[in-house]
Amino acid sequence: MNKPLLRFLSGISESVLSALSILLFMGIWQVVAIEVNDAMLPTPIMVAQVFWQAILSGELPYHLGVTLLRLVVSFIIAMLLGCAIGILLGRSKPLDSLFDQWLIIFLNIPALVSMILCYVWFGLTESAAILAVVINKIPNVVVTVREGTRALDQDLLEMARCHHFSKRKTLKYVIWPQLHPYIMAATRSGLALIWKIILVVELLGRSNGMGYQLNLFFQLFDVASILAYTLAFIGVIQCMELLVLKPLDKKNQRWRR
Amino acid sequence: MTSIRIQINRKCYPAVGQAKPNLAIENLQLQVQAGEFVCLVGPSGCGKTTLLNIIADLDQDFDGEISLNSGQHRRPKIGYVFQNPRLLPWCTVRENIELALTEPQLNQQVDALIAAMQLTAMQQVYPERLSLGMSRRVAIIRAFAINPELLLMDEPFVSIDAPTARQVRNLLLQLWQQRPHSVLFVTHDLREAIALADRLVFLSASPMSVITEIKVPISRQERDNDVAIEAFRQRVLHDYPEIRSLV
Repeated sequence: MNKPLLRFLSGISESVLSALSILLFMGIWQVVAIEVNDAMLPTPIMVAQVFWQAILSGELPYHLGVTLLRLVVSFIIAMLLGCAIGILLGRSKPLDSLFDQWLIIFLNIPALVSMILCYVWFGLTESAAILAVVINKIPNVVVTVREGTRALDQDLLEMARCHHFSKRKTLKYVIWPQLHPYIMAATRSGLALIWKIILVVELLGRSNGMGYQLNLFFQLFDVASILAYTLAFIGVIQCMELLVLKPLDKKNQRWRR
Repeated sequence: MTSIRIQINRKCYPAVGQAKPNLAIENLQLQVQAGEFVCLVGPSGCGKTTLLNIIADLDQDFDGEISLNSGQHRRPKIGYVFQNPRLLPWCTVRENIELALTEPQLNQQVDALIAAMQLTAMQQVYPERLSLGMSRRVAIIRAFAINPELLLMDEPFVSIDAPTARQVRNLLLQLWQQRPHSVLFVTHDLREAIALADRLVFLSASPMSVITEIKVPISRQERDNDVAIEAFRQRVLHDYPEIRSLV
C-alpha cells in the first residue's frame, strides 16, 4: 500500500474503520451474488429481508433464545468447574501428574462422540445436551487456567503471606488479577467453541434451538434463512464482545503501561 | 520489641535438573537483642536472603530452630523489605501500602510516611510508572507502616540514588529510635552497615556461617559523620583481615 493511503487510514477512528470494513465486505458479497445469480447465493439485501421476517414472526427470537439459554447454562457450569480444577491442578504437582492423562484424553475426544454417548446413555434430554457441551468445554478451561496458575508469581504470594493477607484478600488482590488474562482467553475461546458444539447437539437431539432450525433449512436448501440465522449469531457475539468482554478487559488492564 | 535466637544446623536446596543439591547454610548461630539494629554483611549469593526468608517463616524446610520472643503470646509483627520491591502492579501506590495494614488506625501515619519518602504526588500512580528507586521506597513504606516489632531488610537501598538513600537511611534511624524495634539489615556495603548498625555480623560464602561479629562503637549522634565512619571502616579492615574478601 502506498504511504498517503496508510496515513489516511491511520487518521480515521477505529470504529469508523471497522464499519467501513463491514460495508466493504457486504459490497463484495452483493456484487458476487448479482454476478452468480443463483438462489444458492442470495444477496445481502435478500438475507436482510428474510432476517426481518423471521424476527417479526417470532421464530428467530424463540430459537435464538433457547440456544442462548443453553449456552449460558453450559458456559457457566464449564467455567466454574474448569477454573476450580485448573487452579487445583496448577497448584498441586501430584494431582497434576495423576490427572494429566485424563485431561489429554478428554481434550481429544471428538465432540461428536461425547454428544452421541451422552444422548445414548442419558436419553434425548435437556440435561444430556448440556452435559455434552460441558464435557467438551471443561478440558479447554482446565488447560488454560492450569497454565495461568503455574505462572503465578511466587514473589507476590510470599509478600501476601508475609503481610498476613486473608485467603479472600489473597484471592482478590494477588491471584485473580494474575489469572484474569487466562480466564478471559478461556472465556473467548470457550464461547466460540460452545457456539459450534451446541448447534450440533441441537441438531442431533433437540426439537428446538438454532441447530434444529438450521437442519430444517438444510433439508429445504433454504440458504437465505441459513445466512439470516448466521447473521443473528454474529450480532449476538459482537454484542457480547462489545458490551461485556471489552469493558471487562479495559477495567482490568488499566494499570498496564 | 522482639529478640531472636537463630540456630540453623542445615539448610539445603534440593537438586533441580542438572544442578547439584546446594548446601546454603550450615551451623549458623545468631542472636539479636530486643531493639537491636544488626547488619548482616556477606558476599552475594551466600544465603542471606534464605536466612531472612527462614526468619519470616516463608521457608520452613530447614533443620534448626528460630525463636522469636516478643514478650507476648503471639508472633511478633514482622515488616519485610524484599530485595525486589514486590508491589502489586494492578494496585496504586496507596493501595499497595494500605493492603498491608492489619489495623485501619495505622492509616493515619501512612500520609506522614509517604510525605517523608517524597511520594505524595505519586500516591494514585500504578507501580509500572515508577522508577525502581521509587518502587523500593514504596516497599519500605509498606514495611514501616505496620509498626513492625521486627524489621527485615534485604539490601533495600540498592539502586536508590546516593542523596535519597542517605535521606531514607536517616528516616529509618529516626523511626527506629521513635518506635524501638529490632532490625536485621542485609547489605554488602560496609559503610552503610557502619552508619546504621549496633553490631555487624560478617557471614561466609556458601555454606553460610558467622565469621565474626563486631560492635560499632560510634555514637548515634556521630553516624552522619563520614569521616568517623570511614576511619572505623579502615580500622575494621585492618584488624580483621579475614573479612577483606567479603566487602
